[in-house]
Amino acid sequence: MNLSMKWLSDYVDIDVNPREYAEALTMSGSKVEGYEIEGSEISNVVVGKVLSIEKHPDADKLVVCQVDVGKEAPVQIVTGATNVVVGALVPVCLDGALLPGGKKIKKGKLRGMVSEGMLCSLSELGLTVNDFPYAIEDGIFLIEEDCRIGQDIQSAIGLNDTSVEFEITSNRPDCLSVIGLARETAATYDVPLKLHTPVVKGSGDGDDIKNYLKVAVEAADLCPRYTAKIVKDVKIGPSPLWMRERLRASGVRPINNLVDITNYVMLEYGQPMHAFDLRYVAGREIVVRRAKNGETMMTLDGIDRTFTDDMLIISDAEKPVAVAGVMGGEYSGIMDDTTTVVFESANFMGSSVRKTAKKLGMRTDASARYEKGISALSTMECVERACELVEMLGAGTVVDGVIDVDHSDKEPGRVKLEVEWINRFLGIDLTREEMVKTLTSLGFTMDGDMILVPYYRIDIEHKADIAEEIARIYGYNNIPTTAPTGTARGVVTPRQKFERSINETMLSLGCYEIMTYSFISPKYYDNILLPADSELRNSVTITNPLGEDTSIMRTTTIPSMMEIVSRNYNNRNPYLWAYEIGMEYRPAEGQELPDENPMLTIGLYGNGADFYTLKGMTEMLFDRIGVEDLDIVPCSDNPTFHPGRCAVLSKDGKPVGILGEISPRVCQNYDVGTKVYVAKLSVDVLYELADSEKSYCPLPKYPATSRDLSLICDDELPIIQIEKAIKGAVGKILERVELFDVYKGAQVEKDKKSVSYSIVMRSDQGTLTDEEADGAVKRVLKALDKIGVTLRQ
Amino acid sequence: MRDALEQIKNTAIEKLEACGDLKALDELKVKYLGKKGELTAILKQMGKLSPEERPVIGQLANEVRAKIEEEVSRRIAQLKEKQLAAQLAAEKIDVTMPGKKFDIGKKHPLTIVMDEIKEIFLGMGFDVVSGPEVELDYYNFEALNLPKDHPARDTQDTFYITENTLLRTQTSPVQIRTMEKRKPPIRIISPGRVYRSDALDATHSPVFHQIEGLVVDKGVTMSDLKGTLEMFIKGLYGEDSKIRFRPHHFPFTEPSAEIDVMCFNCHGEGCRLCKGEGWIEVLGAGMVHPKVLLNCGIDPEEYSGFAFGVGLERVVMRRFGIDDIRMFFENDMRFLEQF
Repeated sequence: MNLSMKWLSDYVDIDVNPREYAEALTMSGSKVEGYEIEGSEISNVVVGKVLSIEKHPDADKLVVCQVDVGKEAPVQIVTGATNVVVGALVPVCLDGALLPGGKKIKKGKLRGMVSEGMLCSLSELGLTVNDFPYAIEDGIFLIEEDCRIGQDIQSAIGLNDTSVEFEITSNRPDCLSVIGLARETAATYDVPLKLHTPVVKGSGDGDDIKNYLKVAVEAADLCPRYTAKIVKDVKIGPSPLWMRERLRASGVRPINNLVDITNYVMLEYGQPMHAFDLRYVAGREIVVRRAKNGETMMTLDGIDRTFTDDMLIISDAEKPVAVAGVMGGEYSGIMDDTTTVVFESANFMGSSVRKTAKKLGMRTDASARYEKGISALSTMECVERACELVEMLGAGTVVDGVIDVDHSDKEPGRVKLEVEWINRFLGIDLTREEMVKTLTSLGFTMDGDMILVPYYRIDIEHKADIAEEIARIYGYNNIPTTAPTGTARGVVTPRQKFERSINETMLSLGCYEIMTYSFISPKYYDNILLPADSELRNSVTITNPLGEDTSIMRTTTIPSMMEIVSRNYNNRNPYLWAYEIGMEYRPAEGQELPDENPMLTIGLYGNGADFYTLKGMTEMLFDRIGVEDLDIVPCSDNPTFHPGRCAVLSKDGKPVGILGEISPRVCQNYDVGTKVYVAKLSVDVLYELADSEKSYCPLPKYPATSRDLSLICDDELPIIQIEKAIKGAVGKILERVELFDVYKGAQVEKDKKSVSYSIVMRSDQGTLTDEEADGAVKRVLKALDKIGVTLRQ
Repeated sequence: MRDALEQIKNTAIEKLEACGDLKALDELKVKYLGKKGELTAILKQMGKLSPEERPVIGQLANEVRAKIEEEVSRRIAQLKEKQLAAQLAAEKIDVTMPGKKFDIGKKHPLTIVMDEIKEIFLGMGFDVVSGPEVELDYYNFEALNLPKDHPARDTQDTFYITENTLLRTQTSPVQIRTMEKRKPPIRIISPGRVYRSDALDATHSPVFHQIEGLVVDKGVTMSDLKGTLEMFIKGLYGEDSKIRFRPHHFPFTEPSAEIDVMCFNCHGEGCRLCKGEGWIEVLGAGMVHPKVLLNCGIDPEEYSGFAFGVGLERVVMRRFGIDDIRMFFENDMRFLEQF
């Protein structure tokens, strides 16, 4: 909402600069986004009178003018314009003048003749022919206003208003009007609000609206009130300068007197108005009804609209003539030869207007006001105001009588004034009188202890709403600051601590934390070669996505990680070690909402990363969070991963996660030319398995004994089986078993490998004897023999 | 004998002084003080002395021994020191060479500030609570006093899954879920991801993070809201931050406010960073609307509360001078390494 300060001064007397005004209104609840002082970019431009025009001696297309600018002697100005005539009033840029856009005018010579300035056109002043309909676009602006020679151009043509731009919140449609903002201004500055009641003389010739129009409201549920008046003997023409000025400052383009009046009233009162040309209202009958499915009409913007039966339209005896509360029809609007006009001032249900406007994809100044809710009480005063303006402008004769189809509820809202509650709620200490004074300044009235809500305040229904009125006029910044009473302890839950320790561990392992979008494209499943029948392809789907790339909620985090890998690789970053704790979203049978499972996803390439780097990381993590003895099984049938370099982790049959080298086929889909390692672990399952209880174990009293074994076995034999055998055979005295070498090559048979272990044993009963240690080794060898592992000779 | 002792003493000192390394020194020690050394040899002849002379010579001999021993120790220390000095000189390195690299990861910049904010609120007695991102319309809108046709829904462009489910546009549904489950006193923050259908550009992302807070108890006032948020903002932006509370409108709070911090760049004068306003909006807040409390089964006559919300990305962008919101989700290593 752009507010003209000149217009505002009709209603309140204040003398403040725009900056102070913006600050004060912002702090009382009407946020000012900015303000524009019209003509502030113009200086040293005055009204001049052309005294004489002579041909330029050396140029055919130039003339030399003597112009009276109110100084002792006229100034000489050379111009190429052809519309200048002797006696015309023109805008004259004197030496050093400034024009919009930073243009500077200096005294100079044109083909040898001195020019002491410049005559200027509308566009050079930043204006258009809409602002001054009598002027021409290409040529000097010949001023027809009542002004004097030498006067600053700004005041001469009314280019000296200030336009303040407000951001009005959706609960205050009443502030989408000059009067609404004037009321806020009056309350803010504690000055009187000067309201005006429209006075219409009328035709007084015995003519009556009944001779012109019938109105039927069929859909009273969507149209609580429809008020209409008729203006005859209409003379269409431009509206006067003051009206055009105010419209311009409000950001509305002047069109003609009748249309300008409807816009003027809407801006002044916040009540949208419409004007129909009675010639095109078939049967001279207006019907407010729901549209029939498939009914069509061309709106004022020249677009054909097709309606559905939930839309409210204004129709004549035959066809739609307007979309109620949104826009009028192309063929029933005001034209240059219009002679009789129907003024509509109606109240439509906000939700209906909103839905219709949304469905038709149009949003107008009218619909924006209706959809927030307007009181039905304002229709009569507004149609009267429009008629008053018609008479004031001499734009036609107002026919006596009014049609007012009114189904609205006029009972004002009532809220009890609870002084103590409000003081306690806000933490302030005001008297009842102070509160009543504030409320009165905002248009509320009192009935004993009850506050009567003025009709335009559709947002007030509870004492908390009253508290806000008191608080904002009192000043939010005058409310003291206190700390909430009562003690409270912020608790970090065990689960939150658990995630914190995952984060800390991953960082200390050298991984950078990343954050990825939770929505992806269905195509991303193809990129990771997810089988066509995989249940993971059943995703939560967004019905109105921004694009395909962000249209479904991921059921797996791997594509998100691969996107980041790919971006880094293709940005030529030598390595990426990254992790994210992010959600997977999986639709669940019989649930309205999907399961949201947090996953730890790790992705590595470069910096020496290989499968065992990734595996080592997960092992370090498990150790840190207290997860032990996971089952690890090779996995060769997950197409996302390398068939020989992938493992799934589980515990007692419960899946924990997967880790491995990404299949080169997948890497190719992501344009990645290096080996990538990815692990994905369920945070929920890890949390279930984690045992964070730590207890002290006394330091050993007796020394350890160690034995190294070099073994030979089939290359295919998983190492884990050897370790299991050793653990089982050594028994209680085993402290740890460490693999320190794996060798394949010339020194061992083909398809065999040599593996070397260090077995460390210790007893808490005494120093182990050689016999005890050797006995253990014997047991180990016996156990290994059973799985085909022998001592290397 | 007296002369012999004197001589041993003098030559020993002389030789010790001249001796250049520890091994030779050790040999000299044996030569003079050892069991078969010169001093022992002389002392063995003590028996030949008269009883009167014996104690005198004995004492002298002890003095000589002590003197030599002292000299030996002194020289050992001296030589060791010399040796160490030589070693240290030889071990000199170029300390300006770069140190060894250790790979330690770094938190995402959003997490750095999110953690800071959580810490501040934990210190003020708030619990951290989370909830689903795919949410019911009821929790995201209706229970928050935003019925289906409410015009304010237009300002939060929503991704819908079905008629009744959507991607949450705010973390406020967590507040409703909490109030349904817990009885007052309630003091929580709910950080998390939220979604709005804003096309991705330098300042808009369809996914971003919010931290919302809620306090409900008997006798909670608007001045408590002001006090709490002032503490928070000073914790986040520094003790000297200047704050103003400006009336605003949210359907779920009444009265509602926006909280501005005086522009750190221009200190209120107005500059490009604050778009000439001198203030930067950081928080939305207000007293919980009585209808919202009622929706959660809390009696607004008995209890009152306040709520607030802050968008994380903008705070982090200003903190680190990041001018493009997309950087957060592109995760380029060259970006991540900077924090």
